[in-house]
Amino acid sequence: MSRVRDFVRSNSRNPNAVAYTIMGLAALFYPAVVQFATGGNGDYLVGLAADGGIYMLMAIGLNVVVGFAGLLDLGYAAFFAIGSYTYAIVASNHLGVTPIGHSLHIPFWIALFIGMIVAATAGALLGAPTLRLRGDYLAIVTLGFGEIVPRVFRNAGVWTGGVPGISALDVPTLPGWFQGPWIGQDFAYVPDFRFTSANLTAYYVLMVILIAFVVVLVHNLYNSRLGRAWMAVREDETAAAASGVNTVSVKLLAFSIGAATSGFAGAFYGAKLSYVSSDNFGFDVSVTVLAMVVLGGMGNIPGAMIGAAVLYFVLFWLLPNAPTQVESLASSLGMNWLTQSTPNGWPGIAEEVSRSKYLIFGLILVGIMLLRPQGLLPSQIRKQELKHTADLAPAVK
Amino acid sequence: MVQRLRGSVLTSPTSSAVNLVGLLVVAIAVVAALQRIYQSGPTYFFQTLGFGMAQGAIFALVALGYTMVYGIIELINFAHGDVFTLGAFFSLAVMPLFGLTAGKAPSTALILPLIGLFVVTMLFCALVNVAIERVAYRPLRHAPRLAPLITAIGMSAFLEGVMFIWRGPYNLAYPDFLPEQQISLGGGVTIAAKAVMVIVIAIVLMIGLTLFVGRSKLGKAMRATAQDRDAAQLMGIDINRTISATFFIGAALAGAGGIIYGLYYNSVAAFDGFQYGLIAFTAAVFGGIGNIPGAALGGFAIGIIAAISDGYFSVSWTQIMIFGILIFVLVFRPTGLLGMRVPEK
Repeated sequence: MSRVRDFVRSNSRNPNAVAYTIMGLAALFYPAVVQFATGGNGDYLVGLAADGGIYMLMAIGLNVVVGFAGLLDLGYAAFFAIGSYTYAIVASNHLGVTPIGHSLHIPFWIALFIGMIVAATAGALLGAPTLRLRGDYLAIVTLGFGEIVPRVFRNAGVWTGGVPGISALDVPTLPGWFQGPWIGQDFAYVPDFRFTSANLTAYYVLMVILIAFVVVLVHNLYNSRLGRAWMAVREDETAAAASGVNTVSVKLLAFSIGAATSGFAGAFYGAKLSYVSSDNFGFDVSVTVLAMVVLGGMGNIPGAMIGAAVLYFVLFWLLPNAPTQVESLASSLGMNWLTQSTPNGWPGIAEEVSRSKYLIFGLILVGIMLLRPQGLLPSQIRKQELKHTADLAPAVK
Repeated sequence: MVQRLRGSVLTSPTSSAVNLVGLLVVAIAVVAALQRIYQSGPTYFFQTLGFGMAQGAIFALVALGYTMVYGIIELINFAHGDVFTLGAFFSLAVMPLFGLTAGKAPSTALILPLIGLFVVTMLFCALVNVAIERVAYRPLRHAPRLAPLITAIGMSAFLEGVMFIWRGPYNLAYPDFLPEQQISLGGGVTIAAKAVMVIVIAIVLMIGLTLFVGRSKLGKAMRATAQDRDAAQLMGIDINRTISATFFIGAALAGAGGIIYGLYYNSVAAFDGFQYGLIAFTAAVFGGIGNIPGAALGGFAIGIIAAISDGYFSVSWTQIMIFGILIFVLVFRPTGLLGMRVPEK
C-alpha cells in the first residue's frame, strides 16, 4: 500500500503522468457516462469519439515527425489517404471491377497492417530523395505531395473508383464479443461478431486499444537511442551528424514511422466509414492534425493527444452543433425574427453561425498560439532546453 | 542562421542517377506536350499561350508577396492567398463609389475610375496585411518556429470566414470592364485583348516594385534586413518598420492581383484564394524563393504550364502537374530557376 502511495506521490507533480491517468480514466468511463447522460441514446457520441480517435492517432504519428525529429510535414493527410485506399482495395469487392477481375477480402486485422506498411513505404519513397532538404523546403515538398495524392486517387479511374470513390468496404469481424446494457441489450456472448454502425461501442473499444498500442510503441521509441537521435537532429543537425548520428536514416525513420501511423489510422477510417473518397484527404486534414500537435505541445505524446481531443471536440462537435443551439436559444428568448432569413441578405441566425465556423476556427488557432506558443501541455525536456537557451542568449549576443 | 540554412540547401547532394531519372521524366513530358501542340496547330497554341500568360501574370503578382515575406522573415504566409481574394471582394463592394457598375461597356472613360479602384483596393489589402503581421506574427517572432505558421493558417481561416459571412458560399459575378476583342497577329493567329491588358498591368506593377526595392532607401533596408536582421538593426534600420513595409507592398500587389483576377475571370468565391495562393507559392519556389525576378518568372512559367496542361491534356491533371513540378524543382534544383544569385528581397 505504501508503495502505491509513493508511486502516486512521485508522479503527481509530473504533468504527463497526470495527463495519461486522466485520459485513461476518461477513455474507460466515457461510454458509460455518455449513455447514462443521454438516457441510452449516446451511440452517436461514442461513435464520434471513435472518429476522434482517428485524429488522435494521426496527431501521435505527426508528433513523431514534427515534434521529435523537427521535420515539418504539411502533407500528412496523403499517408492517411494511402492507408484508407489500400484498405479499400484489399478488403472490398472493388478489385473485382478492375481489370484484375478478382476481389480481395483480406481480414481487417491483417489489412490494417497492410495499410500501415504501404503508407510507410510511400513515406520512405517520398522521404529518400527529399529528406536532405532542410526546414521549410521539406515542408513545401510534403505540401506538394499532400496536394498530389488525393488528386491521383480521384483521377485514377477504375482503379480507385474515381470521383465517387470506393464503397461497401469490409467491416472488422471477431470470433466473439460481449453485448450488454451499454448498448441497451441484455448481457450476452455474441459469436461471429461483425462491427457495424449499430454497435459503435465496439469501434470505440477497438480505437482505445489501438491508441494504447501506438502510444506504448511511440513512447518506447522516444526513450530509445533512436528517440535521442531524433532530438539531436531536431536541435542541431550539423552537431548530430558530427557526433556520429546518421541523420538521413534517422530522419527517414521518423518520416516512415509517422506515415505508418497515419496509414494505420487511415485503414481504420476506411473500415469504420466503409467508404473512401478523395474528398476526405485534403490540405485541411493535414492542417488540422498539425494544429492539434502544435496546440497540444510539440514533442510531447500526451500533449499531442490532448490537443487532438480539444480541437476535435471544437471542430466536430461544438461548431457543427452551434447553429441549431443558437437557433433554439434565439427562439426560446422570443427572438424569432432572428431565425428567419430576410430578402436583404440576412440568412437567418443558424446559417450565420454555421458560416462563422471558419472565422471561429481561425480565431482559436491564433488565440491559443498567442497565449501559449509552446502548446497546452509542452514537453518538459524541451521547456528546460528553451529556458536554458533563453538564459544563455544575452551572453552569446 | 539564414546563411547556414541557404548554404546547406545549395550543397544538397543528389546522385547523378537520380538526376538522370529526373531529366528523363521532364524530357518525356516536354516531348508529349510538343507533339500535341504540333498536332493542334498554331491558332490554338497562341490562344493557350495568351491565356497562360494572363493567368501567369496574376500568379506572379501573388507570388511576389509570398517571396518577399519569406525572404524577410522566413514565414510561409498562408493568409496571403486570402488577402488576394479579399482584394477581389473589397473591389467588388466599393466599385459603385467609382461609378463602375455592372453592364458598363468597356471604354477609355473607365480607365480613370479603374485606376482609382486599384489604388483604394491595394491600400486596403496592404493595411489588412500589416494589421495581420502586427497581431499574429510580430508577437511570435521569437517563439518556436512553427507557432507563426499556425497563426498564418489561423489568419487564413479567419479571412475566409470573414468573406464567407459577408457574401456566403456563392460564386460572385464580377463585372467585365475589359474589351473582348481578339488582336490579330497575322497568319490567323490571334491573342485576346483582355489577356494583353492583364499582362501589361501586371508588368507595370512589377517594374514599379523592382525599381522600388532596387533604388529606394526602404528597399535597401528590406534587402539588408533579409540578409541579416541583427546586422541591419545595428546599422540603425528599424526592423519592425521594414517588415511592416514588406507586408504592405506584398499585399498591395495581391490586392491588385485580386482585381485583375475578377476582371479576367468575371467570377470570384470566398475560398478561391487558398488554392490559388498555394499555386502562386509554388511559382515563388519555382523561381527561387526570396528572389523577386524569380517569382515573376516562376509565375509566368507556372501559368503557361498550367494552360498547356489544361488545353492539351486534362484539367483534372493540371494541379498534379504543378505540384509535381514543385517537388521536382526542390529535389533537383532546390534554389529554383534563378537561385544561383544570392536571394534578395
